[in-house]
Amino acid sequence: MWKWLHPYAKTESAYQLCSSLKPWLWGGALLSLAVGTVWGLAFAPADYQQGDSFRIIYIHVPSAILSMGTYVAMAVAALVGIVWQWRTAFMSMIAMAPVGALMTFIALFTGAAWGKPMWGAWWVWDARLTSELILLFLYFGVMALYVAFDDKQQAGKAAGVMALVGVVNVPIIHYSVEWWNTLHQGATISKFDTPSIAPEMLWPLLINLLGFALFIAAVTVVRLQNEILRREIHRPWVQQLAASRLEQKKVEPRHAV
Amino acid sequence: MRALYKGIIKRDLELAFRQKSELMQPLMFLLVVVTLFPLGIGPGPDTLQRIGPGVIWVAAILSSLLGMERLFRDDFADGSLEQMQLSGLPLYQIALCKIITHWLVSFTPLLMLSPLLALFLNLTLSMYVALLITLLLGTPVISLIGAIAVGLTTGLQRGSLLLALLLIPIFIPLLIFATSAVESAAMQLPYGPQIAIIAAIMLVALALSPFAVSYALKVSQN
Repeated sequence: MWKWLHPYAKTESAYQLCSSLKPWLWGGALLSLAVGTVWGLAFAPADYQQGDSFRIIYIHVPSAILSMGTYVAMAVAALVGIVWQWRTAFMSMIAMAPVGALMTFIALFTGAAWGKPMWGAWWVWDARLTSELILLFLYFGVMALYVAFDDKQQAGKAAGVMALVGVVNVPIIHYSVEWWNTLHQGATISKFDTPSIAPEMLWPLLINLLGFALFIAAVTVVRLQNEILRREIHRPWVQQLAASRLEQKKVEPRHAV
Repeated sequence: MRALYKGIIKRDLELAFRQKSELMQPLMFLLVVVTLFPLGIGPGPDTLQRIGPGVIWVAAILSSLLGMERLFRDDFADGSLEQMQLSGLPLYQIALCKIITHWLVSFTPLLMLSPLLALFLNLTLSMYVALLITLLLGTPVISLIGAIAVGLTTGLQRGSLLLALLLIPIFIPLLIFATSAVESAAMQLPYGPQIAIIAAIMLVALALSPFAVSYALKVSQN
């Protein structure tokens, strides 16, 4: 496995891997998001208690799960970077951070929109809501620390340490509904043996979960490519790449009149 | 070996006590912030009793952030941190010494001041005992985790605001458990579980933070 994985520590091969993955990730993301969202919003049966307003679950739950998942992925990338000194690991960590922050924001926003009709309040200081808000702040902290440094290699390491410190929050979010007696309901889909959701409601949710994951991966890959290009702008392979792109598009150099 | 560590701690304590203004400023800040609340929210004894423990903890966290930079800043600026790294002593042990000094300098005065704060905010005796235990167990966490962030930002020009942004979210769980312990004490309920969780957080931080700090310092030194 290491022999297979090792070449991607080099920025050039990581860039090429991103290029070959990109169409698949975008295609899969758009397809499953379209199927899952249309199925969930239009064809899944209405909830017997909440009526049609439960349908926001198809956005809320995938984004909430993946806000934590992205953070864990970020922490793993940081650990790999710190232990094996991979520059690409730090780059992918930073590529993931704003995407994860966006997912956390979507989860909080849709949660507020769902909470208003169901609980009668946009926001309550409930354990799960609070810990998800902390997660958003942790993403902001990692991003702020990264931009504070001029030397991006140093910045990656520093932000990586911060990401690893914050990872303790993830189990707190996950178990908050069990440890505290909260207003937020318990887990719905993670207990597969006794699911508390009907299968015709569950399927679109799972498809959307896949769609969100692919979407995050696709955006991350694009951001990683940009990060690599920005950092390696003086390397010959980047300049060759830029030159060949220009030739493909047959861009006429502009002449001053 | 032990003499060396004692030497580091003694040197840092001496340096801290020579700059009395830097030592006193966070304490004065704490006192002023705590005074603001009765004036802003209203001096009703019941209100104060309810918000008291939270106010003291929030003020403690905010005032500790003011002096936090001092942990490595001067040593980093005059190069003595680099000398310590070259001295052959393990860096994580030096970091632990510095954290211990920071706790002694910033939080023992706070603990001594705490009866006065409890009086200001109308806490009962059982609430004060619970508050004292949470402060004793919880404030080392502030020094331990804070040292990681200070180690990371020490080479930066404007690190202090960033420090607050990085650290406050991490201190939230501490604040939640501490105030919930004091609340339980106010209602004559057992507060052992919350204390146990704070103690667990403290021990985990104590075990891992010195290593993280030494890595952070190496990153900062580049």
